[in-house]
Amino acid sequence: MSTITLEDIIKPENLVYKKTPLMTDKVLSYCPGCGHGTAHRITMEVIEELGLEENTIGIAPVGCSVLAYEFMDVDMVQAAHGRAPALATGIKRLWPNKTVFTYQGDGDLAAIGTAETIHACNRGEKIVIIFVNNGIYGMTGGQMAPTTLPGMKSSTSPYGRDVERMGNPLKITELVAQLPGTYFVSRQAVHTPAAVRKAKRAIKKAFENQRDNKPGLSFIEIVSNCNSGWKMTPNDANKWMEENMFPFYPLGDIKVDGQLLK
Amino acid sequence: MGELRLMKGNEALAEAAIRAGADAYFGYPITPQSEVIEYLMAEKPWERTGMVVLQAESEVSAINMVYGAASTGKRVMTSSSSPGISLKQEGLSYIAGAELPCLYANVVRGGPGLGTIQPSQADYFQSTKGGGHGDYRQIVLAPASVQEMADFVKLGFELAFKYRIAVLILSDGVIGQMMEKVELFDPIPRLSDEEVAANNPWATTGKKHGTQRRIITSLDLDSSKMEQHNLHLQEKYRKIQENEVRYELIDCDDAEYIFVAYGSSARIAQKSVQLARAKGIKAGLFRLITLFPFPGKEMEALCKKGVKGWLAVEMSAGQMVEDVKLSVRGCAKVEHFGRFGGIVHSPEEVLKALEEKIIGE
Repeated sequence: MSTITLEDIIKPENLVYKKTPLMTDKVLSYCPGCGHGTAHRITMEVIEELGLEENTIGIAPVGCSVLAYEFMDVDMVQAAHGRAPALATGIKRLWPNKTVFTYQGDGDLAAIGTAETIHACNRGEKIVIIFVNNGIYGMTGGQMAPTTLPGMKSSTSPYGRDVERMGNPLKITELVAQLPGTYFVSRQAVHTPAAVRKAKRAIKKAFENQRDNKPGLSFIEIVSNCNSGWKMTPNDANKWMEENMFPFYPLGDIKVDGQLLK
Repeated sequence: MGELRLMKGNEALAEAAIRAGADAYFGYPITPQSEVIEYLMAEKPWERTGMVVLQAESEVSAINMVYGAASTGKRVMTSSSSPGISLKQEGLSYIAGAELPCLYANVVRGGPGLGTIQPSQADYFQSTKGGGHGDYRQIVLAPASVQEMADFVKLGFELAFKYRIAVLILSDGVIGQMMEKVELFDPIPRLSDEEVAANNPWATTGKKHGTQRRIITSLDLDSSKMEQHNLHLQEKYRKIQENEVRYELIDCDDAEYIFVAYGSSARIAQKSVQLARAKGIKAGLFRLITLFPFPGKEMEALCKKGVKGWLAVEMSAGQMVEDVKLSVRGCAKVEHFGRFGGIVHSPEEVLKALEEKIIGE
């Protein structure tokens, strides 16, 4: 067997994967094992593949992905906690021919930003919302989120979420799917190569909808892990996510081309 | 001469927004300023000029729509009244940190809390001392007529873009609701998308190939950079203090006693000057047009010419009076008079207060 040299490896015909130029070279601030990096990457790959980068404006939230603008190499605006859909509305109304997306976590989108989320969806703003749900407030150190599962432990539900005392987790994705202003609603994951491929297809469809001026908002939830907040190894967190999060937040399309499935 | 109309202050503000080439208005109804969005929706400026008008789900959302829209480099505005302005403070702090230009109006009503729907000037502290969190200022213009409700929209947009800052038109229930003759300025065309991009290289338009992208943020986790950013902001506010002070002196040349007032209180105090002069009291009026920047140096200079006393007249428990005291620095006596909680003082009450609190002693 001949020795493979570096020169062989870097030949263009041997290229199997290339980082999208729409991700900056900045080191990600996310914990090893976190799904945010993959969610960022496939979002940026879609924007690159659709050739939208010169006319795209993204909105970063408050939470773990507050610094998304450091990693996503397009024009970006950093919003106040939960207000990203309102900012996106203002931008899209003034740049109707540009691509506008928000990237938000579950605390941002489904707790403090519930009103902005629901009303942007209900008005049918022609934007894309990428919603990363890991069932916890990661940035602030693992507090209970609107999406924390019943019985799930967090630093503000240290004995597990007691729904009688603390209320129920909010399935905001099912909720916004009911609204006439949403055109495409899908729930995906990014913990396996197969899941990443599906999630990327859904994100691509969302951005195509906006590019094609489809009537309404495209909303993609990505159910993700938070191994730090959940106090698990990355592998255990992914296993726990499959066993506990997916039954409560089932993956798949919920609404396609303005029509609810089921 | 521009077009003459008889209008409410709120309507004049709305019409002026269309004429000033505003690209968008985002608002939420609240008394006593709901005529602003009602006028805009009836007028359909999207047909006249292409201006966007959107009723948001809350004041919080409206100011964040302004935050987003302002990041495009276009002319955007909102308006509300006191309780709604409190809700906007989060967004205004972000706008200050991210240095975005925008215009907003507060048609002030009595507080605290839900207070009353009657006129008040009790939001002076909130307007001039920051309002939201962090070290920041905004330019505050105080109209005293329906005419100025219109004119200050045009001026406000100019100042907002000159300094990349939020400009507040601090009105009140009297100015917003009363009808007066107004001469409307000729419409200014909205800028094209190309002009907006050329004028505002900082604005988000999409990253063109080979160019530097734009990031609009108020965040920097590096404290030394954040201190530098704050120093930059303070330098901007200093320039504004140096260059943008506006005020009007009425009968101050020989005045021994001066009323200091803004907005509807200035209109009332102007009558008090006449009543005082009829009684042989040499009174004048120092009418503030900009509340930030505050004409403090000008006030001190005037004081040294031999003013015996100042009466700060405002529909509040005494807020602006603090800045008057800081400005004249003990040069002469300074007292406050004002009705509040929705009560509007009369010219006679104002004169009586001058006689009792300043001249009497």
